[in-house]
Formats: sequence, C-alpha cells, structure tokens
Amino acid sequence: MSMPQARCLPTWLTTLVVAVAVFVIVTMLYARGIMTSYVYNVLQLACIAAISALGLNLVYGFNGQFSLGQIGFYAIGAYSSALITKEFTTYWSGAQFSTLSWLQAGMIGVVVILWAANRLHLRQLFSRLNKALAELRRMERTILVAVVVVLITLVLVAVGAALTWVLQLGISALLTALIPALPAAAAQSVLFFLALVTSAAFAALVAYLVGKPLLRLHSDYFGIATLGFAIVIYTILQNSDMVIATMKGARGMVEIPMWTSWPWVFGILFVLVVVMRNLVYSSHGRAIISVREDEVAARQMGINVPNAKVIAFAIGGFYAGMAGGLYAHLIGFLHPSTFDFVRGFDPLIIIVFGGLGSMTGTLVASGLFSLIIEGLRVVLPQGFEDWRFVIYPILLLAIILLRQKGLLGTHEWGWLQPPHVLLREVAVTGGNPQPPEVIP
Amino acid sequence: MSDQSVSLLQIDGLTKLFGGLRAVSDFSAGLPEGALHGLIGPNGAGKTTVFNMITGIYVPTEGDIRFDGTSLVGMEPHLITRTGVARTFQNIRLFQDMSVLDNVRVAYHMHAGYNLADAILHLGRFRRQERLQSDRAQEFLAVFNLTNRRDELARNLPYGEQRRLEIARALATKPRLLLLDEPAAGMNPVETDNLMELIHFIRGQFKLTILLIEHQMRVVMGICEWITVMDFGQVIARGTPKEIQSNQRVIEAYLGKRRVRGL
Repeated sequence: MSMPQARCLPTWLTTLVVAVAVFVIVTMLYARGIMTSYVYNVLQLACIAAISALGLNLVYGFNGQFSLGQIGFYAIGAYSSALITKEFTTYWSGAQFSTLSWLQAGMIGVVVILWAANRLHLRQLFSRLNKALAELRRMERTILVAVVVVLITLVLVAVGAALTWVLQLGISALLTALIPALPAAAAQSVLFFLALVTSAAFAALVAYLVGKPLLRLHSDYFGIATLGFAIVIYTILQNSDMVIATMKGARGMVEIPMWTSWPWVFGILFVLVVVMRNLVYSSHGRAIISVREDEVAARQMGINVPNAKVIAFAIGGFYAGMAGGLYAHLIGFLHPSTFDFVRGFDPLIIIVFGGLGSMTGTLVASGLFSLIIEGLRVVLPQGFEDWRFVIYPILLLAIILLRQKGLLGTHEWGWLQPPHVLLREVAVTGGNPQPPEVIP
Repeated sequence: MSDQSVSLLQIDGLTKLFGGLRAVSDFSAGLPEGALHGLIGPNGAGKTTVFNMITGIYVPTEGDIRFDGTSLVGMEPHLITRTGVARTFQNIRLFQDMSVLDNVRVAYHMHAGYNLADAILHLGRFRRQERLQSDRAQEFLAVFNLTNRRDELARNLPYGEQRRLEIARALATKPRLLLLDEPAAGMNPVETDNLMELIHFIRGQFKLTILLIEHQMRVVMGICEWITVMDFGQVIARGTPKEIQSNQRVIEAYLGKRRVRGL
C-alpha cells in the first residue's frame, strides 16, 4: 500500500521531476544530434500511442466496457484535424477557416439540440400524450403521435441548423480577424492547438452519440458493436473522396503540415495524464469504477450508470481523437489502412499488457510496445523485418501467461497513486450509544 | 398491515410475470414510518423479486409501489435511491476491487456537489467536498468497526465484515427505507446475535424503516414487529411473530416444501 508520508518528497514533486527530466533529456539528446530523428519519431509515436491507450484504459480498464472502437475515434481525430490545418496552409483567403468554423459551430448546434431534447423530457411528453389520446383508435393515435415526433424533430433540427449557420459566420469572422494578425509562428501554434482540440472534441461528440445507444449492450456484444463502428469508419475513409475531395479516399491524404514535435506531444500527454489522474480519483471516477465492479450495485448506490458509461466513453473518444490529430501531423500522410481495425487492437494490447486500470502501466507499456515493434525492426537482419510480428506476439503471450494482470496490475507509481485520505478520528455524531461490537 | 393509515411504503396489488411464471402475485403491504418488518417464505417464494421491484431493477407487471406518496413504478433505480430507498443483496455485491473507503464514498456521488471540471482542475469546491465525503465515509466505517480496514480492497475482507460494509454502504446513501436481503445468511450464531444488535442500533441511530428478508427464524422472530409470509408468489399470512409461529398455513408451506422435495 502507498505510504506517502514516509517519503521525504511529496509524490507530485518526484513525478514532476521525472517528467521534466524525460522531456529535457530527449530534447537535449536530439538537439546535440546524439539521438537520430528516427528514434525521436519513435518516441513521439510512443507518446501518441500512450494518449490513445489512456483513453481506452478509462473505457475498458476503469469503466469495464470492452471497446474495439478506439481506432475509429483516432481516425476521426486524425482526418478532421488534418482537414483543418491543410485548409489553413493551402488557402489564403476567406476559405481558410471553413472546416474549423463549421466543425465548431456544428458541434455546438448538436449539443444544443441534445440539451433541448433532454430539457423537453420527451419520453414523459409522449406518455402523457398517449394517455390524453386514450379514447382514440390505436391507428389514429399512432399517426398523431408520429406527427408530433416529426414536428418536434424538425423544429429542433431547424433551430440547431440555424444556430450552427449563424455561429459559423461568427467564428469564421473572428478567426479571420484574429489569426492572420498574429506572427506566423504563433498563428501556426494557435491554429494547430485549435485543430487538435476541435477534432478531439468532435471525436468525443461522435463517441457520445455512438455510445448512447451502444452502451446498452453488455460485455462482448458491446465489443462487437464498437468493432462494427470501427469498420464503418474505415469504409467511410476509403470512400471519403466522394464527399470531400481533399481526403482523397483510398489514395491517402497527402501534404498535411508536419507540425507535431516532441514538445507538443509530450506537453499534451502530460496534461492529459494529469486530467485522467484527477478524474479517476474523484467522485466521478469512483462512479465510473463502480460500474466496472458491479452495475446493479452501482445503480442501487444512486449512480446513473448509463450516464457514467457514456461520459467515460466520450472522454476515451477525446483522448483517441487527440492522439489521431498528433499522429496526422507527425507523419504528414494519412491512409485508411492505418486505421484498419486490426490496428485497433494496438491500444487494447497496450492496456492489457500494462495492466487494466493502471495509468502508470499504460504509460510504461506504450513505451515498451513502440520500443519492441521498432526495436525489432532495427535488430532483425534485413529481409526479416516482418518476423517482428511473430516475435512480438510471442513476447506478449509470455508476459500474459506469466503476469495475468499485466505488467503492473492495478498498481500506480508516484503521483498517480490514489491520494492519501486523512484519517479522521471519529467521535460518532453527538452523544450516541456506543456502536455494538459486531464481530470480535 | 393495511390497517395502518400512514405508510412510508405502500405496496398495492404488485404482480410480476416472467413469461408464464407468476413470480409475485397481488402482493400488498404497508410499512409505517419507523417499522421493522420481516418478509419470509420458502426459497423461490418471490421475496427478492419484491425487493427488486421496489428498487427498480424489475418493472412490475401490475400494481403500484408508493414511497412517501410518490410512485416508484417505472422510475430508474438510481433515482429511487435518491428518494431514500437503499438495499443490501442476498449474495453480497460489494465493489470488490475498490477500497473499503471508496465503497462507501461511491454512495456520495449523487450528492457530489462538484462537476467534472472542478475535479479535473482541483478547484476549491472539489477539495472541500472531497474532504467532506471522506470524513462522512469514515464516520460510517467507525460505526461499523471498519476503520482499520479503510484502505484494504473490499474483496480481502472476511465474510462478516463484507456484510457490515454492505450495510454501511447502503446507509451512506442516506435512506429512510432500508431493505435487507438475508443479512444473516452464512453467519454463525454469535455473528447473528451481533447482527441483530446492529440492526436495532442503526434503526434508532439513522431513524430507519426496515424491511428484512431472512431465513433464520431466530432473527425474524427476534427483531421483527410484523411479518409477511410468502409462498409461490402469494402472501399466505401476515401478523406478529407470535401469530405467524402458530399459523397453520405457514407451517404447511414450510413442511409442504419438504414433502415435495421428498418425492
């Protein structure tokens, strides 16, 4: 068990020191030319894998929902952020921000529609309507209710669309006014940041919309359904050029600005680890974990289980989207085959390998995973590179057989450990009888 | 029971069909505030099904359940908990891989008092509420003599302590009505005596109304003021422990079950 008091340094400090040290050492080694750009890229890929795996760890490791859909959200993040930045670098006039502004405005529109639909309490409305129309014939009643459903839907969509359109004009005008006014480097950073956050939020919104119906399914069924989602996304990407020409479908999207760098990747990973840690050790995190432990009991504890699941799934989608965005701008080229569902197992392998429900495990495992995959490429003699897909599954098998709970089980290191709760010397509230000795 | 006019929990004509099986048929009962009632019957009589309908796990086929005037039928389980109904389970359902403290703290999520952003940014509201939750949870652990087990995983507790933790966790949701599903199952006589004492204690301490399913007659006869007996989904008797002990139908139900088994 954790003994934070026994240490001389607080855990947050040791953890921060380690994080800064890793960052500085890698930066220095690369700047001095000791580290090749190949290794430098591999390290960035490892961090990107860690971001995506952290998201899946929340869904599967902490919330207990077996998902194979992470790669789909990764793809959404990658392609949408690539569209945003590519537009920025290719066009020079008004169309420069159209994807970004439409995406942002559209998301707000959808959220407003969802919020309004929620506030209207539609289910109650319909049951009341059904009761009020009870004396009508069943046929007539069904038709009337259907008309009301269609009308409400139309009104909501119209309001959402109008809002989106107005917002898009506003956001576009704002961006056009502000971003070109900045110095080129700053403009690029701001836009990159906006692109990453927007596309990650977009992935989260898609996760929310997909998760809402799918999360009613349990265990394996949910896994299969998310696999279906990943395949749908893959197929859409293969044919994407029919809708958006710049996405180039099965030929692959090219000329994406290569803006991802070690500080970006490491910084975002750092922030997202902090966010994840704070989330997990909060009341919301405990609600999410209790759903994994026992859904029925969680409901009886007053936990809104569907809500807890969809929150975890959407946050998982956000992490995947962020990772995808960073990946797109690291490689500069996107092809649907990168988002093939077989690749979707990568984050799953990482979290199982590192230990389900361990953030430290995920971080360590994603480093090792990239190291093994890329390390074997270097170590193996020429012509035998493909053998690494024989060797690494064997390694994986060995580890799973030897350590069934993964490398770290549910253990955490440093600041990622559960925070110490102050012991409370309890005097049971005001002058009560002594609690009975129940068991000696 | 229905002669008591003011009921905290009022159940009328409750029926549950599983396909063709009548698990519960026309069950009615009323619990006045502060009562300690028992629900007994042979295995498969439908007692737990009644609990599952009160707590919203099953939706009744027919009938109404009113808690403090509001109908619980069709309400989501987590909302039922928020109105003040808590339960324990026949087969203990703790959050096995969470610490003892966290098991109790889960119950405070519904009045967490801070949102995701507060938690992620560790704002003042988060710190205050977290402190409050931890303190209250530890008070419960103290009442149930679990303070020294605080940081252990629930799965590592011995059986009796798991039972106690489950009651502590249920009480942390601040219920007015507590449903105990076979709390003495698997306990030895000494543990059972202590459990009875504990039930009395929490009832006074937390001003609870308690409905209890139990097989050990010693417990039921010892602490319940009123008993309802079920068999094959139907209420076959109700009355004070004394009346029940001499009730011919009850004796038949219990002995009759044996005869069927003997065939």
